[in-house]
Amino acid sequence: MTDKRLLLISPADNVFVLRGVVEAGETIALEQGVTRVPARLGLGHKIARHAIGRGQEIVKYGAPIGSATSDIAAGSHVHVHNVKSDYTPTFALTASSEEVPL
Amino acid sequence: MRGYPRDDGRKGIRNVIAVAYLVECAHHVAREIVAPYRDAAHLIGFPGCFPNAYAQRMLTRLCTHPNVGGVLLVSLGCESFDRHALSEAIRQSGRPVQTLVIQRDGGTRATIEAGHRAIQMMRSEIADTPIVGMDLSELVVGTVCGGSDGTSGLTGNPAVGCAFDLLVDAGAVCVFEETGELIGCEDLMAARAATPELAREIRASVDKAAAYYATLGFGSFAAGNAEGGLTTIEEKSLGAYAKSGQSPISGLIKPGDVPPRGGLYLMDVVPDGEVRFGFPNISDNAEIVEMMASGAHLTLFVTGRGSVVGSALAPVIKIAANPDMYERLEDDMDVNAGRIISKGATVEEVGRAILDLTVRVAGGHPTKSEELGHTEFILTYKSFEPLGPACLPV
Repeated sequence: MTDKRLLLISPADNVFVLRGVVEAGETIALEQGVTRVPARLGLGHKIARHAIGRGQEIVKYGAPIGSATSDIAAGSHVHVHNVKSDYTPTFALTASSEEVPL
Repeated sequence: MRGYPRDDGRKGIRNVIAVAYLVECAHHVAREIVAPYRDAAHLIGFPGCFPNAYAQRMLTRLCTHPNVGGVLLVSLGCESFDRHALSEAIRQSGRPVQTLVIQRDGGTRATIEAGHRAIQMMRSEIADTPIVGMDLSELVVGTVCGGSDGTSGLTGNPAVGCAFDLLVDAGAVCVFEETGELIGCEDLMAARAATPELAREIRASVDKAAAYYATLGFGSFAAGNAEGGLTTIEEKSLGAYAKSGQSPISGLIKPGDVPPRGGLYLMDVVPDGEVRFGFPNISDNAEIVEMMASGAHLTLFVTGRGSVVGSALAPVIKIAANPDMYERLEDDMDVNAGRIISKGATVEEVGRAILDLTVRVAGGHPTKSEELGHTEFILTYKSFEPLGPACLPV
């Protein structure tokens, strides 16, 4: 049984969405095995449901939302550092150290 | 529900005076005219001095919006905006209209004083506007999302989609938009189009948006979207798309086109032709303004990160997608859709709550942003070709 903090939107998805914040060091139960989260993950962020190879599509809502730019291990954070849009590139800011992330 | 009947057959859910500056140079004077009458008069306007057919059409539609009871135009005097054509269109709509020209009327102080007298007169003139019954089938509702995050597509957007389905079933007009935020959803939308020709038009509008944003080098995607867990424009799009619900898509409109009958409509907001004038909609209120120009009486605004905006002329109902944000910004939020995640509420429960609130707001109940005095407004340069015949199949 997967962790209750994980939401699988569509059976075709290869990512889970987090229903709540997961703190650094906590463990999460995936379908196959348990993974330890190295850094805090916010509500609404995604982790890999299983291993995703570089160049493979990321699937959420049962539809492609971009492609992996590196190999992604099961349970890893899936975000702008390892996914690119297949349409237009994503613009993101690096947070300043004095701002606590929401 | 009740409304203010207008000569064109539409009904307003508010009865405000629009004060419109016709170039940035008249903005301060117009703002000072509105300042003492914030509840009765709302400030709108166009900052540019170069002529633009889109801006002319938008201000014409907005000044004759069903929620508007009377209009005061504020011109500097030498700008290119055609104040004569605008004033004539307002007069023909049956509304009281007055034009102040700063260069003619004695400068800043004298024009502000003349403006205050004009508002007082207009206020008593529209005070006896009759109030009549209004049905859901006479309502036009727009939806936008702003400050989206990873919760938007799970809670607020599907709940608005549910409310949209209920409204469309009741005969209302519902409008969703931002083709630039529907990139990746073209196949799904085309499959819901009323006719194959409309399906082709919908695909073409998304292709146009993708090409437009690719030229600009940025998608319709802000830094906060990524902080909130969204990774790509297509992921944001799929979440945004849930606002449209399940109804068939009856037509494709452009800003200022008023849908001819009840149903669900997609608004194409990306300009036609070569890339000119910069980003299509530079911030969320530009989208709300375009919805109003197409007759939206009110807007359902879904936000994850927490937008606090309202709008001039038409109420904005703010729907919090993120339960943690709702806790912080409760004073600004009308609906907590985040309880779908945090408290196990169903999408349908929240969708029905949104419909109930929509009916109450249409009946005069103020939204949070109305109570807080939010009347944001923005209008910038664009250019559009007229709609093709396949866009509004009978």
